[in-house]
Amino acid sequence: MSTETAQVTEVKKPAEALLSKRRKKLLSDPLVDDNPITIQVLGICSALAVTTQLQPTFVMALSVIFVMVFANLTISLLRNTIPSRVRIIVQLAVIASLVTLVNEVLKAFAYDMYKELSVFVGLIITNCIVMGRLEAYALGNKPYDSVLDGFGSALGYAWIILAVAFFRELWGSGSVFGVPVFDQISGLFGDDFSLATNGLMVSPVGAFIILGLIIWVQRTKTGYVEH
Amino acid sequence: MQQSNVYIVTFSVILTVVLGLLLSGTSQVLGPIQKKAVELDTKKQILGAVLEASELSKMSGEEVFAYYDKRISSKVVNIKGEEVEKDEDGIAIIPENVDIGRNYKRKPEDRLYPVFMFLAENGEDVESFIIPVYGAGLWDAIWGYVALETDLTTIKGVTFAHASETPGLGARITDASVQARFQGKRIFDESGELQSVNMQKGEGRDYSDDAHKVDGLSGATITAVGVNNMLKAYMSHYSAYIQKRRSGESGGMAVLN
Repeated sequence: MSTETAQVTEVKKPAEALLSKRRKKLLSDPLVDDNPITIQVLGICSALAVTTQLQPTFVMALSVIFVMVFANLTISLLRNTIPSRVRIIVQLAVIASLVTLVNEVLKAFAYDMYKELSVFVGLIITNCIVMGRLEAYALGNKPYDSVLDGFGSALGYAWIILAVAFFRELWGSGSVFGVPVFDQISGLFGDDFSLATNGLMVSPVGAFIILGLIIWVQRTKTGYVEH
Repeated sequence: MQQSNVYIVTFSVILTVVLGLLLSGTSQVLGPIQKKAVELDTKKQILGAVLEASELSKMSGEEVFAYYDKRISSKVVNIKGEEVEKDEDGIAIIPENVDIGRNYKRKPEDRLYPVFMFLAENGEDVESFIIPVYGAGLWDAIWGYVALETDLTTIKGVTFAHASETPGLGARITDASVQARFQGKRIFDESGELQSVNMQKGEGRDYSDDAHKVDGLSGATITAVGVNNMLKAYMSHYSAYIQKRRSGESGGMAVLN
């Protein structure tokens, strides 16, 4: 039985190392060379929405990592039984269930965070990165590899949104993880000195600018060009 | 190979049942914890009107509940200031569970108005009255609690929250420094007329000599106007209760305390 996105089944090798070179690439590729946000330009919507402050961004990043790892694992385990004609619905059902799970847990144990993130956690369902990886990888690969792939892609997403959030919170609110850095710096120079925050950074426009700069720097370094 | 329709339907049914069980199981397990989290959040907001935010954040959840039980006494009144104990179905109303946002959708005459009384250490004398307020900001709902001194006109403290005001502009209504501007302002003037307290346009002026004006929010005038409207509306909704409470006291009915 195969799926529509038929993959060449790998030749059975005697026990591949837990973190072989190939598997390390699964993890490291999405960090820079094949980053879901900066190269594939997926998941932009949430990268704009949640990144005004580091703390909610951090929770968002953890949630996406959880959802991606377990969605990849589940789909990979079921890959030989999922009927190809309804696979998209099956993927959606699995993602939606995991996201609901995250939402419920947040509501129970981190209510303040739940209030702040509210709709954005729900919107992980529509995050193209998650479904993209299920469709492109988990459906045709073994569970362990799929978990690594999911983890790698989620990390690639996480570090970008954290980087964006760092600059947006620093320049927009003058703080890092809620610590008022600007106030403390201006305190060093006496009462008359103060650092102004930039209101542009707290609006989505700020995220676009930061994201654009990150992509620019990254592509200059890696020499990546779009075809 | 194409799977048969029977296979597809069976697979879908099994998947649905498994995921359904998983989710309903989770909500069964987490339900009580979530309920407690919501309750804690409400109580923190109510206490936020009389306590400093720094003081409140130091308390653990259990401490907040204990403190609340000891220091807050609550009841529900209607627009005429009469105490309401049961809803239409005859079920006892718990003031903390009255959803201000849902009540806001009804006509003012039909709404339930909870009043939270902050008691002194001895647990008897009322130190201040905490009144919930709810209204519209620029983008979405804003709400909060206003604590009044025992004269029922001087503001002891306010706490505001919002659903999605602009960060750095309208969202500043949650800042302690902005909320502190309301302290000591007066809802009613000398003659007892409702004046409410109004945020002014522009920011940086000193309104300490005017009991009904506070410094505004630069760049967030619509949110500030929303706050003004919210305060004025709810103070007028509660004015019957306030008048009643006042005349009761001047009439020597100390029992009210």
